[in-house]
Amino acid sequence: MKLIPLALASALVVGGTVALAQSDVPAAVKARQGQMQIQALSIGILAGMARGNIEYDAELAAGAAHNLKSSTEMNLAIMWPEGTSSDEVMSSRALPVIWEDWAGFEAEWASFTVAVDAMEAAAPQGLEALQGAIGGVGRGCGSCHENWQLSNN
Amino acid sequence: MRKALLTLGACAVAGVAAGLWLTRAEGLPAAAQAAIADAPADTDRGARVFHAAGCASCHMAPEAEPSDLPVLAGGHALQTEFGTFYAPNVSMHPEAGIGGWTLAQFADAVQAGVSPSGAHYYPAFPYGSYRLATPGDVADLWAFWQSLPASDTPSRPHDLAFPYSIRRTVGVWKRMALPDGWYTPTPDDPEAARGQYLAEALAHCGECHSPRDALGAIDTARWFQGAPNPSGRGNIPPINASELGWSEAEIANYLTDGFSPQFEPAGGSMTSVVRNTARLPEEDRRAIAAYLAQVE
Repeated sequence: MKLIPLALASALVVGGTVALAQSDVPAAVKARQGQMQIQALSIGILAGMARGNIEYDAELAAGAAHNLKSSTEMNLAIMWPEGTSSDEVMSSRALPVIWEDWAGFEAEWASFTVAVDAMEAAAPQGLEALQGAIGGVGRGCGSCHENWQLSNN
Repeated sequence: MRKALLTLGACAVAGVAAGLWLTRAEGLPAAAQAAIADAPADTDRGARVFHAAGCASCHMAPEAEPSDLPVLAGGHALQTEFGTFYAPNVSMHPEAGIGGWTLAQFADAVQAGVSPSGAHYYPAFPYGSYRLATPGDVADLWAFWQSLPASDTPSRPHDLAFPYSIRRTVGVWKRMALPDGWYTPTPDDPEAARGQYLAEALAHCGECHSPRDALGAIDTARWFQGAPNPSGRGNIPPINASELGWSEAEIANYLTDGFSPQFEPAGGSMTSVVRNTARLPEEDRRAIAAYLAQVE
């Protein structure tokens, strides 16, 4: 008699776990995706000006650089908790190597921050200064997405 | 009995001979070598070929910083279903690298996939694309190559599963997988045709962005339609016009600063591809964009 409810409970637990893996995205993964959206929005403005697709505007450039900078100041351990790699969460593209080499990942962010600081200083100082700083930001994005992100973009 | 044994023996000899014939390594035809030898070589033009062909992406040490004169010490690992390939040292070091090679040996390697000792190279080295390069570009490339630094780092042997570990199997693959000419028809528009040359012969986009059949031959009917990542994780995205959906300007911008129209940065192996295309003249990136935009 006891067996049936137990089996039912197990089925519910197993079913619940599967449902969690497939539809419920952990808050940290959602937060990271939002963080990347903020970076894409900011870089869209800065790179748009650098490419000549958007007219240069010092105030707008400074604002975009400020938001980009803010997005890099999140506490990494809270944004990237263990158990949220691409092996563990379907919608995550964060490679497990992030947690295998946490110090390397922190160093990657630190080097990106250097490029973002340079952009924050350059953005209000004219189009030429902005164009000089955008390459470093792009290389920072590229370096992280080269080594730490599951490639399927 | 004796006659039967003789017949059997003759068949075995013929079979082995046919096998050796099918798996033999052939360098470039004499006419192709002559055209390369006669081409006036130019180091600056060679640098442009070097960046377009993406040589540094695999042959630079993985941890090395990009440079105008990269150290081609090798070591980059390419994981595939056949095993792991390690890009060799192709720096100008006379023993550890290819510093002792002649132009003809370089051309045989790059365009025929044949080593100076007459062995096949594995097609992880994209000579299936480079075979389409012009004689002038090959001569220019070697001129530039000779200006690059030497490294004494030893090449790491590939780690392949049987039977792929037998190099002669590549001879059969070459015969079955490589077409005589271009993979795709050449566009009428001169800019798009230049783009086809850059994308198909040098940048070898189709090697990753097209699916392959069971033999590992590129499926030209699905050219640029994307493929599983050979490393087994993630996918190589489609880059044909209908699936990519980017304008020519957006493609050219991506190949310059690495940002998609949604400002997502290039990731994975594409990061180093963009590092190379960023060094090309703008007209070359526009040509590649013109070509991609007309691949259906």
